[in-house]
Amino acid sequence: MSMNKVLEKKLLEPLSGNHAVAYAVRDCDVDVISAYPITPQTTIVEKLAEFVASGELDAEFLHVESEHSALSAAIGAAASGARAFTATSSQGLALMYEVLFIASGMRIPMVMALVTRALSAPINIWNDHSDLMASQDTGWIQLVSTNNQEAYDFIIIGYKLSEREDVMLPVMVALDGYIQSHTIEPVQLEDPEKVRKFVPKKKRPVTLDPEKPVSFGTLGDPDWYYEFKIQQAEALERAYQAYKEVSSEFSQYFGRSYEPFQILYGEDSDAILVVLGAHTGTFLKAVEMARREGMKIGLGVIRMLRPFPPEVSKYLSQYSFIGVADKAINFGSASGSYLTNDIATSLYLEGASSRITTYIYGIGGRPVKIEDALYVVRHLWRISKRLEEVPKKPVFVGVRY
Amino acid sequence: MRYEIIFHGRGGQGAVTAAEIMAYAAILSGLYAQAFPEFGAERRGAPVKAYFRVDDKEPIYERNPVERPDMIAVLDEGLILRLHPPIYTNLKSNGWIIINSSRDPEKLRDVVERKDVKIAVVNATSIALELFKRPIVNTTIIGALMKVFNVIPMENIEKAIRSKFQKDVAEINIKAIKKGYENTVVIE
Repeated sequence: MSMNKVLEKKLLEPLSGNHAVAYAVRDCDVDVISAYPITPQTTIVEKLAEFVASGELDAEFLHVESEHSALSAAIGAAASGARAFTATSSQGLALMYEVLFIASGMRIPMVMALVTRALSAPINIWNDHSDLMASQDTGWIQLVSTNNQEAYDFIIIGYKLSEREDVMLPVMVALDGYIQSHTIEPVQLEDPEKVRKFVPKKKRPVTLDPEKPVSFGTLGDPDWYYEFKIQQAEALERAYQAYKEVSSEFSQYFGRSYEPFQILYGEDSDAILVVLGAHTGTFLKAVEMARREGMKIGLGVIRMLRPFPPEVSKYLSQYSFIGVADKAINFGSASGSYLTNDIATSLYLEGASSRITTYIYGIGGRPVKIEDALYVVRHLWRISKRLEEVPKKPVFVGVRY
Repeated sequence: MRYEIIFHGRGGQGAVTAAEIMAYAAILSGLYAQAFPEFGAERRGAPVKAYFRVDDKEPIYERNPVERPDMIAVLDEGLILRLHPPIYTNLKSNGWIIINSSRDPEKLRDVVERKDVKIAVVNATSIALELFKRPIVNTTIIGALMKVFNVIPMENIEKAIRSKFQKDVAEINIKAIKKGYENTVVIE
């Protein structure tokens, strides 16, 4: 089964995830890039600085003194009508936390790349989804790529989605630190002219404009704040349908499309393992190996984390047993996993009685071996055959404890 | 057919770049390929691993580190001689070890405990010192690797080098690859 139809036999560019993002930003003709240029920043902004220096991209590149300022500057630029971009990772995103809510509350259209990494303490520069998951409730649209092609495509889709008048919300595009950001793999780059035709710059209804002064992010007193927030929540809900439309148009232009939630090997499966991010491919490999051993397990791939896609519960409620693989620990929460909390809630609201097993893996860059992925798939299969009880707590894969 | 290669080196020798050059060349050849380093804090001198997968038919989905390589390319002979368990423990039977060493290849053969694998030896350090005046051996090792690995045409390795390095740096690296190729002793 082909996960990404892009890898046809045509010549593709060898690109790291970081460079794939930078090329997409260039191709979207972004006007302003703001970045705090040292750790935990990535080569995304290094490559963009090269594009600006060489004249390949006509943009203002702002070096700022922190990630808090990087996002603030991008918000200011976007509010004035510019197409803005920044990128961050780990502690950088954590430092932006306050400003994340301001971007979504001010209904700022922009795109930010998040190269996912673990959070301190202890200090750890390696990959997991702690930063991504901890930012899921900040009002941003979150698209999670599984390979570098998707990282490139989601930046382009992100601008189109973000700037729609019925959405007007910031978009975060996640790619896994190191596992994608530092991995060279084939990527189909599109003709920049064609990309710019797909995401044309349009005059927005309200921008900061000295000719026609307005205020953004001003006081919302108890008489109005509530209404603003309801409108924001509705816009994020609309972003789901808007994404489907943008994705379908993207497919007409470029021949690739990505469902917010995709099930592979669903038809005859006894259970579905839900995953997201770069190790989707590793789990797919494990699922295919287990199926050759007769274990009928399917894979559910989440590519849109916020808004949480309604079809997740619709599809998953048909299965008695669900596995959820999460690369972050949700400390002290009901299930211990961000992803399980969402999936369990959506299944409960659907009236489904599916049982969920949570698998935590790859924390702080712990290598994910094929045996680890196979362990998860086989464990879930034993549960589906009632050879094993459904554990109430997460199964910690690959931990020495 | 899927091939998996691990480049073993020390920080500063260019193992990561070697794997990247191979992936560049493979993708330029229309193959599916993937290269990534073992992720660590970068320190000069510390053991480094870089992984390279290539497939002429099937896309590569998995992202787990290569666990059972078809070949290992060893940029520093100390990594072969002094690590326990030896780095070739999980090398596939009939697999290849490509080693940078100044030792007599036959004697090196005796040191390698696996008798079911083949070795190719090149004195990459002396070639690198001659060409670069520094012991950056990655491209010389690629030359040695190409002697026993025929999935990617040499012209695309050169193309990859030219797209990754500036002109004069590219030319000297291509020279290193050729010298590495010519001076490799193969023991089956």
